[in-house]
Amino acid sequence: MISLAGRDILHAWGKFVFTGVGLGLLIGVTLTMAGVYRGMVDDARALLDNSGADLWVVQQNTLGPYAESSSIQDDVYRSLLGMPGVARAANVTYLTMQVRQGERDVRAMVVGVVPGGLGEPGQPPYLVAGRHLTRGHYEAVADLASGFRLGDRVQIRRNQYTVVGLTRRMVSSGGDPMIFIPLKDAQEAQFLKDNDAIVRQRRRTAENPAFDRPGVPGLLDAVIATQSVNPYVNAVLVQLQPGFDAEEIAEPIRRWQRLQVYTRGQMEAILVGKLIATSAKQIGMFLVILAIVSAAIVAFIIYTLTLGKIREIAVLKLIGTRNRTIAGMILQQALGLGLIGFVVGKISATIWAPFFPKYVLLVPGDAARGLLAVVVICILASLLAIRAALKVDPAEAIGG
Amino acid sequence: MVEQAVDGIRIEGLRKRYGSGDTAVDALRHVDMQVAPGEVVGLIGPSGSGKSTLLKCLGAVIEPSGGRMTLGGQAIYADGWRIPDLRSLRRDRIGFVFQAPYLIPFLDVTDNVALLPMLAGLPNGEARRRARELLEALDVAHRASAMPAQLSGGEQQRVSIARALVNRPPVILADEPTAPLDSERALAVIRILNQMARQFDTAIIVVTHDEKIIPTFRRIYHIRDGRTEEEAGEGRGFE
Repeated sequence: MISLAGRDILHAWGKFVFTGVGLGLLIGVTLTMAGVYRGMVDDARALLDNSGADLWVVQQNTLGPYAESSSIQDDVYRSLLGMPGVARAANVTYLTMQVRQGERDVRAMVVGVVPGGLGEPGQPPYLVAGRHLTRGHYEAVADLASGFRLGDRVQIRRNQYTVVGLTRRMVSSGGDPMIFIPLKDAQEAQFLKDNDAIVRQRRRTAENPAFDRPGVPGLLDAVIATQSVNPYVNAVLVQLQPGFDAEEIAEPIRRWQRLQVYTRGQMEAILVGKLIATSAKQIGMFLVILAIVSAAIVAFIIYTLTLGKIREIAVLKLIGTRNRTIAGMILQQALGLGLIGFVVGKISATIWAPFFPKYVLLVPGDAARGLLAVVVICILASLLAIRAALKVDPAEAIGG
Repeated sequence: MVEQAVDGIRIEGLRKRYGSGDTAVDALRHVDMQVAPGEVVGLIGPSGSGKSTLLKCLGAVIEPSGGRMTLGGQAIYADGWRIPDLRSLRRDRIGFVFQAPYLIPFLDVTDNVALLPMLAGLPNGEARRRARELLEALDVAHRASAMPAQLSGGEQQRVSIARALVNRPPVILADEPTAPLDSERALAVIRILNQMARQFDTAIIVVTHDEKIIPTFRRIYHIRDGRTEEEAGEGRGFE
């Protein structure tokens, strides 16, 4: 038996191909949306993987340092280093801000790390150009996605930094490129006030009689000195010695240090389940809408094509063609249209994904699920046309 | 001679009523017809006289309200359908030729003709061989690989006749087959139908208004107000 659907598609190939291309672009957008979500999840995982940490020690009762702000003393790491099973512990600060370079600025996550601490948690694990931070001030290592190059001068708050190294895939959970600077600079950047604010604060403090007691010289200076430094970091990242269970180490830190500790799995759950959950729902809504629009387009096209063949269908039924043959013809055409659309969509998504400003991760599993969805959508979309075809009275082929 | 035509078409007291009660319309009140194998008869009548209804009953696409129909020696209706699978009946035992050829636009000429035997389960090669034989007999074999849109009106109608004949049905129902054609082509179509009727021993009913071809029938059935009357035709031109 010849394929009626195949012959019809070959006969009107232009109509099918152009419709398929239009549908394909829509499917391409759908696959890209899925890729955007995958990219967000991958960014979150890359953030955790590249930090090199097994535990995140943060302020009590917070989901820090990525999902909520967290502030702990910068000497906590010393006591953590003394705990059994802890191999390394390092202070780290995170601050998402606009980093300026000349006339342009880049949205980036500024990460404060200890210079020279190669291999410490929080450090960029590898560079693609230049060197790691070695000096205590005014050097930066930037992710390639920032667009900065070696030797560039960038401005963070009031200070200028020279880009001495470039790294790759070091991004925040939101996909913003990371810029690593020395910890002291980062602490200052987080809490640094402008000069006028500092002068006003000192004047207020000096006017406070509690700090100007007779017989206590130097009290005012001591108070002002404490106000001029920032002894806080956002988190301490901890690497464990081989063979130690993360939860076993985390529990005593929670109990004795009065701090919140998250393991790798818990931190991933926070990032994926809380930080990007709203975005995921947003993308999910888009996917549902795009699926409905795709189904409507396929249904409309197939229904219109079927209505254009009502007389032929009546003749086919009159001369004895079975309903299932006619239904099969319509279904195969819908699937053919869907497959053309899927191929065009997959190619389109692959071509345009690298041009998106944020990471778009196209995974084969999503493509397979997309193909399955296209098949299901085409089957559902063809039902309307099949219903119309099956309702055609073979008597319509006979005049009168 | 006609009374012995047990293998052609025999219709006795066929009735068809649309609707019920006060709004009922009797489209066919009492139709008697007999068409012998190899014979072509004309069915003529004014609009609304019941021609199309009779054709639809004969084509097993609508159910009569009463009477008897026998096609190719097999009773298909006797106050109810006697054949469970009407689709197979239409496919295997009845050929249709329409006013417009209604060829499948996305199949070439050969496959338009071969489609029916393929639907009946014949292998593609055998179905196409049978189609080509018919196309040769109808003098359109040279257009075998053309698409319907590339054919003239006369060629399309000859292909539709080949499609009607391809399953070698005992009966062909032709609904105004010459309506869109000029005199010369209309007579050519009737000549072909006569040839095919004789060659394949097929009983053919031609519903027509066409004054040009009415003199070609040897027998004519007039249908008026749902009743048929038989009369002798002139039978001109196809002795």
